[in-house]
Amino acid sequence: MGEMEQMKKEAEALKTQIEAARKAVHDTDMASAASGVAPAPRVQLKTRKNLKGHLAKIYAMHWSTDNRLMVSASQDGKLLIWDSHTGNKVNAVPLKSSWVMTCAYAPSGNLVASGGLDNMCTVYNLKTPVIKTVKELDAHTGYLSCARFLSDTEILTASGDTTCALWDLETGKQKTVFLNHVGDCMCLSLSPDMNSFVSGACDSLAKLWDIRDGQCKQTFQGHTSDINAISFLPSGNAFITGSDDCTCKMYDLRADQEVIGYQDAALNSGVTSLALSMSARLIFAGYDDFNCNIWDSLKGEKVGVLSGHDNRVSCTGVPPDGMCVCTGSWDSFLKIWN
Amino acid sequence: MSSKMVGSNNLAHARRMVQQLRVEASIERIKVSKASADLMRYCGENAKYDPLLMGIPASENPFKDKKPCTIL
Repeated sequence: MGEMEQMKKEAEALKTQIEAARKAVHDTDMASAASGVAPAPRVQLKTRKNLKGHLAKIYAMHWSTDNRLMVSASQDGKLLIWDSHTGNKVNAVPLKSSWVMTCAYAPSGNLVASGGLDNMCTVYNLKTPVIKTVKELDAHTGYLSCARFLSDTEILTASGDTTCALWDLETGKQKTVFLNHVGDCMCLSLSPDMNSFVSGACDSLAKLWDIRDGQCKQTFQGHTSDINAISFLPSGNAFITGSDDCTCKMYDLRADQEVIGYQDAALNSGVTSLALSMSARLIFAGYDDFNCNIWDSLKGEKVGVLSGHDNRVSCTGVPPDGMCVCTGSWDSFLKIWN
Repeated sequence: MSSKMVGSNNLAHARRMVQQLRVEASIERIKVSKASADLMRYCGENAKYDPLLMGIPASENPFKDKKPCTIL
């Protein structure tokens, strides 16, 4: 048998082995296990702030670790830094390329980053007297879909070129490239311990990566279309995904599989974004149908909806202290709810 | 590109795929019942600290616009 034939046979055998191992531990699902848990209360949140300022579709937003400032990105070619308590704009960062798809706030609050169809991740220093571009990270061969700072010296990016990368912000070079997806990478989420991250892609797969050795450790199937949103649970053992297949799913790392899905026959819009409440009990998922649906993460039931945007909800975020949820939309507004 | 190069590219790709599957096959898995129980415990322990679940009193809500009071 030629080596190619041998490889094919071994690949098939390994896939069968993985499926069997997953099945062997699938003694229940989350919803059944949680049948005795009291249902989450019906969640009715009010819009507390309506942030007007962008002149075009908003594509991304990210909270600062101070629970008060946030950055938003719009295809009007600007990043805006908002004080969410007052609703005031603290800073405006003009972008070289208006085709922005992502933005990020560094944990220190010193830096923000943006990127999009320019294939680059640009990092800005907010603390210099005038906001300065400190680095243009240029090596991806496809659009930048997501960026997240580990610190003021390292940032992770996800790209339409099917790779994710870890960059050194002092040299501006890629330290590690994460290769394994076969479709555009659309989103990433850092684990709470910062040793790993998960990515979602247009190949409908989610992957867990070790940040230091660059290796893909686990691959999670189940979605039937692009995964647009992904978020680690604060417990670090599971993550939630949102997809163009109109569903969200929770995957557990240690069980190595999907443990519950969040879907409704009446929902036939893709999921664009998602965020978790502090205890991880509530999932806020933004959809193409202009709404943000609220799911009980343990029982898989819809417990509320945030309606008010006049176009697709493109981004969602809960600050670290869990005091509100922010939604951003193609209608050019951001809303703060609690 | 000669067909020989294409052939060896396919082989290299197949080798990488098998290597990746070996890594993914080798992990230890826990039962979904245990994973679920751990998550239920995490949510239960943290529920009382979750403002969006518990509700926020108006006086402690930094996002709520404070209206001036008139004493009649």
